[in-house]
Amino acid sequence: MALLLPAALGLLFLVLPLVGLLARAPWSTLPQRLTEPAVLTALRLSMQTATLATLLCLALGVPLAWLLARVRFPGRRVVRALVTVPLVLPPVVGGVALLLVFGRRGLVGSWLDATFGITLPFTTTAVVLAEAFVAMPFLIIAVEGALRGADTRYEEAAATLGAGRWTTFTHVTLPLVAPGVAAGAVLCWARALGEFGATITFAGNYPGRTQTMPVAVYLALETDLEAAIVLSLILLTVSVVILASLRDRWTGR
Amino acid sequence: MSGVRLRTALAAVTALAVLGLSGCGDDSTGRPAAAGRIDGQLTVLAAASLTESFTRIGQDFETAHPGVRVILTFAGSSALANQINEGAPADVFASAAPANMAAVIEAGNGDGDPVTFARNQLVIAVPEGNPDAVTGLHDLTRLGAKVALCAEQVPCGAVACRALDAAGVALTPVTLERDVKAALAKVRLGEVDAALVYRTDVRAAAEDVDGIEFPESAEAINEYPIVVLKDTANRPTARAFVEYVRSDAGRGVLTAAGFQAP
Repeated sequence: MALLLPAALGLLFLVLPLVGLLARAPWSTLPQRLTEPAVLTALRLSMQTATLATLLCLALGVPLAWLLARVRFPGRRVVRALVTVPLVLPPVVGGVALLLVFGRRGLVGSWLDATFGITLPFTTTAVVLAEAFVAMPFLIIAVEGALRGADTRYEEAAATLGAGRWTTFTHVTLPLVAPGVAAGAVLCWARALGEFGATITFAGNYPGRTQTMPVAVYLALETDLEAAIVLSLILLTVSVVILASLRDRWTGR
Repeated sequence: MSGVRLRTALAAVTALAVLGLSGCGDDSTGRPAAAGRIDGQLTVLAAASLTESFTRIGQDFETAHPGVRVILTFAGSSALANQINEGAPADVFASAAPANMAAVIEAGNGDGDPVTFARNQLVIAVPEGNPDAVTGLHDLTRLGAKVALCAEQVPCGAVACRALDAAGVALTPVTLERDVKAALAKVRLGEVDAALVYRTDVRAAAEDVDGIEFPESAEAINEYPIVVLKDTANRPTARAFVEYVRSDAGRGVLTAAGFQAP
């Protein structure tokens, strides 16, 4: 009982704001609002960029998680701390930092512009980069946790049988931690889908190119509370469906 | 208790009316009639573009009325209007656009009618030294420049649309920023070649950007209204503050910041 009451209060605290959204939703005009071209455009862009960002995170984050979990090297604690920086950094600051590196005058960006004529800010690529920057720690933490929990004897056995590092990783390690990778990828995708601060700062806002759902929600709030609620409900529905499916994988049921 | 407050308020209003007749610039010298009543704490919610000027006006007002403490909160006008309508305690609201003020008035949260105290004009903000030699709106499309505008949902974006329409310029911006300071920041960072922002913003960032005036901005001048809020706990002081903003002293601060007289 001593645990149930605070547990119930905690649940209430987390769920009530969602109830608030549902209570204020303009149900009668919902169908036509949902099918507005602007809404669909933002939704499509959000899904696409979140998926691309997740793929990028998988390509870079899984090897990084493996490095942190399996390789002993000096400064590993520092690297692990650095990897989680985007978790605590205000996303707007992350966006500014991305501008200072990949912007037209940025450390890497000025070179990209001079050499290839590529400028990243205000492009869909910038949205993907911003989302990946903020979401990658979620994937890395999940995969590293799975790797640490996995039995290393299988990998050792593969090594003694003559398998190289790459073969061991792809044929033994990855299948072992596949549920962890999947869970991390889903969480990463959900975080990328909700990304706002870094996106609007680094990629700006233009319909069809950089205006994702959270950015559309923010701007709708300026003039049209109901539109903002509708957009939020869509994001909420997508998130709940995704996270409900993730939850089962996490607990292994 | 409330009867006393009401009488105090009425007396102050009468005093202010008399002061008003004698000229609003005389606030600081012709103070005796209202001296006992204009004091205490005053919460002013003001549009983000008023940050520099209202900070100064608040200090001047405190100097003119010892005993008054002005607490200023700056944010986007629509956010402030939402806060007021959701019951945020405040005494005065200064908006960057009539639409946000109308939302507050329609919700019945104004005490009397709002008055326009300043106007702000759009200019083209370019990096210092104007490297692309921009002279007007037409240059922005001709040069293929990267331009940041404010989103149409915020006041500076709405007036930018009017100005571009008036000029007959079909401009495709690279981004529609969330507020005027964000649009200006993109110029300061060198990410865009130009942005349409208020003259006051350019003046506040004079070390990084130049402002290019253009004739079509006359079609797109933003009016700033101010009002005392209905639920103010300090009506005499709130009214005195509004009068001070509109006085010669207040107007001087606003003009120095780049605002125009109403």
